[in-house]
Amino acid sequence: MPRDLRIWLGGGFILFLILVAMFAPLLAPFDPLEQDLMAATAAPGVEPGHWLGTDSLGRDVLSRLIYGTRIALTVAFVAAALACLLGTTLGLLAGYYRGWVDAMVSRLVDIWMAFPPVLLSILLVAVLGAGLTSVIIAIVVIDWTRFARVVRAETQQQARLEYAEAASALGMGHGAILWREVLPNVLPVVLVLLSLEMGIAVIVEAILSFVGLSVSTDTPTWGGMIAEGRQIIYQAWWVLVFPLGALFLTVLAFNQLGDGLRQWLDPMLKR
Amino acid sequence: MLIEARNISLDVPDMSHQVLIGHRRKLRILKNVSIALKKGETVGLVGESGSGKTSLGRSLLRLHEPSEGQILFDGQDITHASAAELKPLRRRMQMIFQDPQSSLNPRHTIGSILATALKLNGMDASDKSIAAVLDRVGLPSSAIRRYPHQLSGGQRQRVGIARAVALKPDFVVADEIVSGLDVSTQAQVLDLLKGLRSEMGLALAFISHDLSVVRSLCERVVIMKGGEIIEEGGTAEVFAAPRTAFTRTLIDSIPLPEVRPGWLDS
Repeated sequence: MPRDLRIWLGGGFILFLILVAMFAPLLAPFDPLEQDLMAATAAPGVEPGHWLGTDSLGRDVLSRLIYGTRIALTVAFVAAALACLLGTTLGLLAGYYRGWVDAMVSRLVDIWMAFPPVLLSILLVAVLGAGLTSVIIAIVVIDWTRFARVVRAETQQQARLEYAEAASALGMGHGAILWREVLPNVLPVVLVLLSLEMGIAVIVEAILSFVGLSVSTDTPTWGGMIAEGRQIIYQAWWVLVFPLGALFLTVLAFNQLGDGLRQWLDPMLKR
Repeated sequence: MLIEARNISLDVPDMSHQVLIGHRRKLRILKNVSIALKKGETVGLVGESGSGKTSLGRSLLRLHEPSEGQILFDGQDITHASAAELKPLRRRMQMIFQDPQSSLNPRHTIGSILATALKLNGMDASDKSIAAVLDRVGLPSSAIRRYPHQLSGGQRQRVGIARAVALKPDFVVADEIVSGLDVSTQAQVLDLLKGLRSEMGLALAFISHDLSVVRSLCERVVIMKGGEIIEEGGTAEVFAAPRTAFTRTLIDSIPLPEVRPGWLDS
């Protein structure tokens, strides 16, 4: 697929999701929490207004899907941004100063990556208690290593180039060299990773919702809907399929955007 | 003496040996080297790659900290001076790098690269003074808004020279600055350097493996091998009567523009 198409499709879909999340109260045909037991597990289009059907408590699937975007995107943006900030900072320091700073960060990353990530996140949320903040903290704590590893390698490579030494010959301090000279050259890689990480964060949030460790059950989330839908999959497939589809498309959009950006920003592929 | 190195040695960690705990083995890449430059003097540092000529140049600028010995700049001992202590001296000693492709940050415009150099040393960084510097090295003022990759190799090296001489330094280390350029561009860049040298009274440490270039530019020459100085003296004397076999080989390897009669027939 041409890279521009990837960026446009991926970016376009994410923009669409952002708008959906912002205008959820206007777009949702029903209150996502309103129960209507008379219309429980109605198939898509059977009950008037319930375009995507209702779940076992008669709540509108489409409205819950629309409100679920809010949690998914909040986690995607906040958790990915924080993981990026932490990982990039440590990666920059490790790659630039090398020596004991590098040794500490690298060993920490090695140890971190030996833990199974899903198990670790469930453990963390169990300790911190369920809730949006805990989910975000769990994702940051687990996924900063992705940024740290890649940024460290890239920084090391950049710092070896003569422009860093030229800056130091001009009397520029280490902090300024790192910030003004090295960081702009590392930034493309960080952007690509950030986009990919957002997709990962959406999945992790869904996993935690699925096992009931994310936000409280009265807030609609895609993972929560999938968990509910799983129990009644033979009676009402739509409760499971639509949030699953939304999750799939969202992660795909973030990944395509990331891949498109990677190709677009890589000077070797640019020619 | 403007700049002087007294018996310096330089150790670097040996990166070919991975260690789990503790310090890496050290490699001694400069062994007991002494060199001195007067104001306005040009000295050629010659040797094969790995001979330590670049390390010596960088040590003179205190981009490396020598393990032993002393470095004096204008009478001041800078052997172990901190970054803050070196800061006021940075304006007076500069470096031109071998590969402008890598020594010019691809994310900054030429204008921003030169402005940074001037600002860091408390000099006027207006567009007007940057244009004047560019003009001096033979580049149009429109280059201010260009990025390094939009210039040719020769133009990029002129920017590298501009960045060093914009600060009006007393001492410049030029590290293989023409080795990446084609021959006609080499000549132009060398002419530019000669002009700047006489105009500013620069002391120049000219690092090169190309003896013909060194011969045309330098008053004195220092031959290095394996981190040591094996021969030094006036350029004319060394070229006329080399004392070591190594220097002899170096000189013999200069291609000469003689043509054997009848070479076309063979």
